Amino acid sequence: MKSNTVYGEGSPGVAELVPRDDDIIVIEHAYKSFGKTQALVDASLRVKRGEVCLIFGPSGGGKSTLLRCINRLENPDSGTIIVDGIPVTGDKCNIDLVRAEVGMVFQLFNLFPHLTVLRNVTIAQEKVRGRSNKEAERIARELLERVGIPEKADAYPGQLSGGQKQRVAIARALAMNPKIMLFDEPTSALDAEMIKEVLDVMLDLAKEGMTMVVVSHEMGFAKAAADCMVFIDGGRVIEEGTPEEIFSNPKEDRTKLFLSQILE
Amino acid sequence: MAVATETEKPRPKLIPWTEKLAALPWWALLILLGGVLIVYFIYTSPTYQDAFSFLISGVRLTILVSLASFVLSLVLGLILGMGRVSKNVVSYTISSLYVEVVRGIPMLVLLIYFAYVVTPIGLQFANALGAFILQNLAFGPLIRLAEYLVNLNIQGVDMMVRAIIGLAFAYAAFEAEVFRAGIQSIERGQMEAARSLGMSYVQGMRYIILPQAIRRVLPPLGNDFIAILKDSSLISVLAVRELTHLGKLNRARTFRTFETWNTVAFLYLILTLSLSVLVKIMERRMSFEE
Repeated sequence: MKSNTVYGEGSPGVAELVPRDDDIIVIEHAYKSFGKTQALVDASLRVKRGEVCLIFGPSGGGKSTLLRCINRLENPDSGTIIVDGIPVTGDKCNIDLVRAEVGMVFQLFNLFPHLTVLRNVTIAQEKVRGRSNKEAERIARELLERVGIPEKADAYPGQLSGGQKQRVAIARALAMNPKIMLFDEPTSALDAEMIKEVLDVMLDLAKEGMTMVVVSHEMGFAKAAADCMVFIDGGRVIEEGTPEEIFSNPKEDRTKLFLSQILE
Repeated sequence: MAVATETEKPRPKLIPWTEKLAALPWWALLILLGGVLIVYFIYTSPTYQDAFSFLISGVRLTILVSLASFVLSLVLGLILGMGRVSKNVVSYTISSLYVEVVRGIPMLVLLIYFAYVVTPIGLQFANALGAFILQNLAFGPLIRLAEYLVNLNIQGVDMMVRAIIGLAFAYAAFEAEVFRAGIQSIERGQMEAARSLGMSYVQGMRYIILPQAIRRVLPPLGNDFIAILKDSSLISVLAVRELTHLGKLNRARTFRTFETWNTVAFLYLILTLSLSVLVKIMERRMSFEE
């Protein structure tokens, strides 16, 4: 049986978890609590290969926690998460191998301040992918060109604006040739005029068919690029649907209320 | 009230001369004056000259012992400090136990303990290990090693070596706390970013966290070097011929208490003050870069 070989023994609910082939991320019944706060309550989510999925909802609702469970920056208390066929919640999973395939962009950029922009983009390529310095630099320069800041290769992160930092962070993640990109509120820490330059890069990525899971309130980006939208509140997935469904005809009252508040 | 027009220039504010004088670093000037005075004595008075030329070889040994034990304590402290931030229960427990025990024992007691208890016990272990290898694993290059271990003798271990070991192991506990604080001062997002790129915990530590943490702890480490230099005077109880011990010897030799200890204190001050100037420069450069 296929599920046994893929998921290993002892994963809960293996039988019901046979994914369709195009599901690259499967989250089933994830629970997570920090002390007494319930961050995730029975959260389930499926993302297809090549899909752009936007997660939105009030702050403290568990959006980021759900995203961070995908590359196990948070370990769910229970539930099963499968990324590209590998159950990351399993004991035998080598999480470093999965993380190399899953790029992540953080709200506060998290660039390495002691390294130049170029080195920020090359270091993981060399240490994790085992590329030569020359090859890593070639790839890094290409990517910096693509995100529009080739001239900043030798600068340090401290000398960049917020938008430039976030674009370097995207280049750093892309340098690993990830199959999935996770964005954790990538524009929330940016000034209004810098949001566009980051969103433009993300739109390009979406057009190229990258699988993306984005936690964001950028509804313009959702309309332009998202294939599915997920509304999360109180740690639960309240509603899921295409942007058309969510914007024109939300089923749940909480979704309606939230959308009316942020779309004012 | 008339609004100030452009022609009305604000009068230059006069700072009273008393305040100007009070702002001068008088303590530094007084130290300088004391130093000049002692240098003058060393040049003119034969007793000071005698004390100085007798003591100066101790300065060399003091610096040597301090440097050697400092370097060793950095290595040990870094290992212990990584243990202190580790999620591994065993390494966290061992390093915490070490740090808490060592910090709770007076430095002087620690030095005596390491010199007369730990080192002999360690040597007995080495002897036993050597004998074991000779009996059970005697082949190839191991024989040389085993013979070396068996022939180790407590008489062969110089008191200076024991003093360096003692100082290093004692200060390792303090350096461990410095490194721990430095590692914990780096934002959590740094390790998360490293891990999200597929780096292992060890790679994240080595390439991302430690380079930043070590830069941040350079000034406190500099201060610890000054502290180790001062505490090296304690090893005079082990009869290592460093500065303080030579001070005792000189006093016994000449019965010139004043001259001897003035010169000893002066020599220590030269070392520590010049080092603390270096640390201050380092601190200022760090604050500019951040």
